[in-house]
Amino acid sequence: MGRPLLEVRKVTKRFPGVVALSGVDLEVGPGEVVALIGENGAGKSTLMKVLAGVQAADEGELWVEGKQVSFSGVQEAQKAGIALIHQELNLAENLSVAANLFLGREPARFGWIDQGGIVREAERLLGMVGLEVSPHALLGDLTLGKQQLVEIAKALSTEAKVIIMDEPTSSLSLSESERLFEVIRDLRAKGVSVIYISHRLGEVKALADRVVVFRDGENAGMLERDEIDHDVMVRMMVGREVSQFYQRTEHQLGEVALAVRGLRTVDHPAHPLDFEIRAGEVVGVAGLVGAGRSEMLAALFGAKPALAGEVFVGGRGGLPGSPREALERGLTLVPEDRKGQGLILEMTVKENMSLASLRRDAKGPFLNRRREEEITAEMTAALSVKTPGPWQQARFLSGGNQQKIVLAKWLALKPRVLLLDEPTRGIDIGAKEEIYLLMEKFAREGMAVLFVSSEMEEIMGMADRALVMHEGRITGELDRREFSEEAIMGLATGGKLSKAV
Amino acid sequence: MKKIKGILITLILVYVATALLGENFLGGYNQGKLLERTGLYGLLGIGVAFVIIGGGIDLSIGSVVCLVGCGVPWLVMRQGWSPTSAVAMAMLVSLGIGLWHGLLITKLRLQPFVVTLCGLLIYRGATRGMAEDQSQGFGGEHEGFRALGTEAIAVTDKFGIPFPFVIMVGVAVVAWIFLNKTIWGRYLFALGNNEEAARLSGIDTDRMVILSYVVCSMLAALGGLLFILNGNSAQPSDFGNFYELYAIAAAVLGGCSLRGGEGTVVGVVIGTAVMQLLKNMINLVDWLKSHMEFLIVGVVLLVAVMADEVLKRRVAKRR
Repeated sequence: MGRPLLEVRKVTKRFPGVVALSGVDLEVGPGEVVALIGENGAGKSTLMKVLAGVQAADEGELWVEGKQVSFSGVQEAQKAGIALIHQELNLAENLSVAANLFLGREPARFGWIDQGGIVREAERLLGMVGLEVSPHALLGDLTLGKQQLVEIAKALSTEAKVIIMDEPTSSLSLSESERLFEVIRDLRAKGVSVIYISHRLGEVKALADRVVVFRDGENAGMLERDEIDHDVMVRMMVGREVSQFYQRTEHQLGEVALAVRGLRTVDHPAHPLDFEIRAGEVVGVAGLVGAGRSEMLAALFGAKPALAGEVFVGGRGGLPGSPREALERGLTLVPEDRKGQGLILEMTVKENMSLASLRRDAKGPFLNRRREEEITAEMTAALSVKTPGPWQQARFLSGGNQQKIVLAKWLALKPRVLLLDEPTRGIDIGAKEEIYLLMEKFAREGMAVLFVSSEMEEIMGMADRALVMHEGRITGELDRREFSEEAIMGLATGGKLSKAV
Repeated sequence: MKKIKGILITLILVYVATALLGENFLGGYNQGKLLERTGLYGLLGIGVAFVIIGGGIDLSIGSVVCLVGCGVPWLVMRQGWSPTSAVAMAMLVSLGIGLWHGLLITKLRLQPFVVTLCGLLIYRGATRGMAEDQSQGFGGEHEGFRALGTEAIAVTDKFGIPFPFVIMVGVAVVAWIFLNKTIWGRYLFALGNNEEAARLSGIDTDRMVILSYVVCSMLAALGGLLFILNGNSAQPSDFGNFYELYAIAAAVLGGCSLRGGEGTVVGVVIGTAVMQLLKNMINLVDWLKSHMEFLIVGVVLLVAVMADEVLKRRVAKRR
């Protein structure tokens, strides 16, 4: 490898309460595909934001083609040849493909957009990524995979030398993913470098020239092409053997706690869902983004009431028409969007923890302040929430502690069933382990736990049983003994037992 | 206490300044008048605070004031209703208005701004039609009924505490208990901050939103009633004009955030008092002309909001 195209030296980035990056290094050569892996919260996304000019580093240096640079905005990073493709695409669905490619930098003469020029240039760019769609097509009409390619074409149009892709395949079908890999190999051949962030180790193995591992905001290791190995990568990411990270015990299964019959969600009404969970059982729901997993939880919890079906829990059937009705039966949900749906950030730890149990503990219409304080003290201790005090606003706590507050809110109700949607997304590895231990504890105490996760390791490490979903259907059910990445991935991509890549 | 410190200091500053610059400010008559105005406008401010804390807005307050202020004398004088049944009718209609606003906003998911803007136009238009654009009042009759808006609890021979102020204080106490001591108050703050999270915590958010609009419209109606009892004359075309903006301004001055989830009753009452003091100052200080009222109120409001924001940032930085 010659002179590196992009060099990151000792970059540190702090956020209130956490050090997201602590002196990390990264080198990318011309035409090299570097895979960046690490658990959620390892600092990958933060580094990408620093590289793309979204956030500024607190310490450290960035070098591009032998020159030191510093970006104060996305445009400057683009000018230096770095383009970031977000996990959630940044495209306007109501505009045409061509308009999207040039959004915000339309070639214009005296304020008039040069439409013909845009279309001609768009055709050339789409050709470069091998996408056969009309530049006039409405972006929203394309599949996610094609939208992804549009985003790559957009990056190419900025003369990008380094394209950063953040979990590009998380919502793609198998064939779309393969198309993307071809494009990446093509880019590499043309001398464009790619930083590829993924949790899918199979893809990483197939694509990467080199793997860089982050853990807790630090470099945790590097693997050259011939050293890339699944188990080695996992060990580097987690920092210890996986079997030690997930401390499971055998669960004593009780009665059926939750039985779902013919549940038809608003989003996938064609596919009725049927399954049961026993008290003390931990069941994972695997699948790709868009498989309808969150929608299923939302329907069970009455957050987005189902169209038909029955949910049996706590001796009652019927369908929960609102979260309040679900709560009355003993169903609780820890939502995926912790800040938007789980917590009231402006309110205090105490107010958040007691929110769901206020009604039960009230004296007539009046708040029971003493009970509120007792619950807060009890839960803070039981879940070891780290907060300066019950009066602290929830937004000043770390992600892991925030998630514990959401758990505390439900635990105060002593629920029969705990539904969790991506319970450890965006929280650091230590807090993650604590959340797993808590899930274990709840199961031991006889709660039925159903959790949705996009992290294969999490499903395989935590669940007694896994339901795998694909496009709104439950395509399979795997017992703990049958767990393997291939089996889950196969079912998640449509029921065929094929390899991920 | 921390939350109302800023507005309390403003109140004292404006009070002292007016006392120094204006003539007859400290006289019993003027002081009583100030309390009366604070009482009347304070009712509207407390009402809109409920809506604002719940994350909404109500622009129809002035028109509800107009509807009730013209409607009650119209019913009594032109239609021969008894004052009691006219008041009962006013309360019923305002309850219906609040309910209607709340239902449109929660069930049809219409925007509060739009719904209540239409309300602003409709209720005033309806009042003008009903009263045939004629000025409404009680003439020299119903002195006993009108006493509710005009009389005061005498303290000295020149100064008394006006009934509207006493009524407002009563309402404020109930509102304070509701917001701070009941689960519904907590629910209202929760949903004002994050409606989705509140709903997912098992709170019937729709019901709370509807309730907040009902409270707002009914307090506007109570205000409208006291305004007409006090003033005895209402033009359908301009009675209550801009009152919603006075109410919202007082609420914002008093620490309510239009983002929702924030505000105190005491703050709103003090905010109302500051607004009335400013008006009074403009009247009493020679070199301040009455046409400068909006200018001065606007500037004071803006400065207060800016100061609040700057202070908040400084506090946030210290963490």
